[in-house]
Amino acid sequence: MSVTQTEFTRAMMDAGQPVPDGLIDHQAQPAGRRFSVYRNNVAVSLTDAMHSAFPVIAKLLGKQNMDGLAGIYLRQHPPSSPLMMFYGEHFPAFLEGMQQLKHLGYLGDVARLELALRRAYHAADAAPITPDALGALPPDQLMNTWLTLAPAVQVICSPWPVHAIWRFNTEDGAPKPEPQAQDVLVTRPEFDPIPQALPLGGALWIRALMKGATIGEALEQAAAADETFDLGATLALLLQGHAITGLDSKG
Amino acid sequence: MLDTAAHDRLPAAPGVGYKPQHFAQITAEPGSVKWLEIHAENYMGDGGRPIAQLRHLSERFAMSVHGVGLSIGGEGALDADHLARLKHLVGWLNPASFSEHLAWSTHDSHFYNDLLPLPYTDTSLQRICDHIDELQDTIGRRMLLENPSSYLAFAESTWSEPEFLAEISRRTGCGLLLDVNNVFVSATNLDFSPQGYIDAFPLDKVGEIHLGGHDEDEDDHGRPLLIDSHGREVVDPVWALLDYTLAKSGPKPVLIEWDNDVPDWPVLEAEAARAATALERVPA
Repeated sequence: MSVTQTEFTRAMMDAGQPVPDGLIDHQAQPAGRRFSVYRNNVAVSLTDAMHSAFPVIAKLLGKQNMDGLAGIYLRQHPPSSPLMMFYGEHFPAFLEGMQQLKHLGYLGDVARLELALRRAYHAADAAPITPDALGALPPDQLMNTWLTLAPAVQVICSPWPVHAIWRFNTEDGAPKPEPQAQDVLVTRPEFDPIPQALPLGGALWIRALMKGATIGEALEQAAAADETFDLGATLALLLQGHAITGLDSKG
Repeated sequence: MLDTAAHDRLPAAPGVGYKPQHFAQITAEPGSVKWLEIHAENYMGDGGRPIAQLRHLSERFAMSVHGVGLSIGGEGALDADHLARLKHLVGWLNPASFSEHLAWSTHDSHFYNDLLPLPYTDTSLQRICDHIDELQDTIGRRMLLENPSSYLAFAESTWSEPEFLAEISRRTGCGLLLDVNNVFVSATNLDFSPQGYIDAFPLDKVGEIHLGGHDEDEDDHGRPLLIDSHGREVVDPVWALLDYTLAKSGPKPVLIEWDNDVPDWPVLEAEAARAATALERVPA
């Protein structure tokens, strides 16, 4: 009686399935509870991974709810690679698809922010330019300059106060979130990723840079979308975050 | 001055599984700890603190890279992306040792984050040898293969575990990693003599020994069922089995694994010190 790995995994991931014949104890009796060790190991290790990957979601939902959701998630989306550091990429959409969580519409974007922080933590290192390198450029040339951003840099756009919610649940004494849309910039000045709320139009400007626009071209797009866009403030956030790693000026 | 040449093989001395929370103390107060082991998959990001810490530690300690995700015992082909990641890590770090498990963890492109068991048959033997050949060719070095913890057996098995491992080593040239706690756990769960297992094991192929803590449970018939949890101290009978093993094998690199409920550094170092005492009793 041979047991295939398809049969083994099917029974392991669904406790309603019988333990495959051919798995035995030392007296050649059916393995029974012994098989539960594997069922338990997989569920516990992946649930633990979800708790460490999404600590703010776990805090917002409470341990019991998080355990329950992780139990459903890990069966719908088992890891697709052994790199557990990146496990949970489908969790934001999963949360948004849960009918009983519809009243907590911000969960998906908070989970996106937690994913972005983890990706930033493991992103490639890159040496930042100094603020002086940018300051030395005459205004005309500045507008005709392309910026290279560090691999850790990510932008999350949300109709929810996602940065304020994250702060409120990670920082003692942080202000209570006010209802407002927030876009978030994630940078990694050294080894620890930092999320910061972006000024209006900031996300659009940074995303335009990422797509290959010059500072000036991106500025036109951002200003068209929001006339209050503050280039100086957004640029300062990037510089503080060691997020700019290269400058290239047109001819 | 650092003697990097001394880092090209694991010393017959205690090592510990590296945990980032111990980073500062490991370098300041290494005590009995002479080498470190990392889980390969935790160092496959592109950069940041994990890679920076690893670079720093590898200048000071001999390093062992221990893979937990290749699924050498899998029915399917090895994951080419994962092989490439292992090649990259072993390439830049140039560790003293690389090891993996007699187990599987990936099936149908899903990774289950656990070391799952397999039957010991001529068919599985051939498949595992093919996978080890592929791995050793890819990373350009000899690996060590670790014996598992068993909670159950396969009716279809036709080989004993020590004979199976010896045959894999003979066919592929790989070395073996002998986890003495796993021997004790499996011997209790499947009711065989742990000393008999050690007697049957090809100790001349052993490049490293593992020790770790286990949990106690019961099966359906109220018999002891030990779980390899790596979450506490090594128990006395496992230390005794280490003595038994070392008396036959001579000194070997001995690693303390403590992966869950990780203790403060002095507690982990004390386990390494106990391994150092066990090694001192062995004639070289």
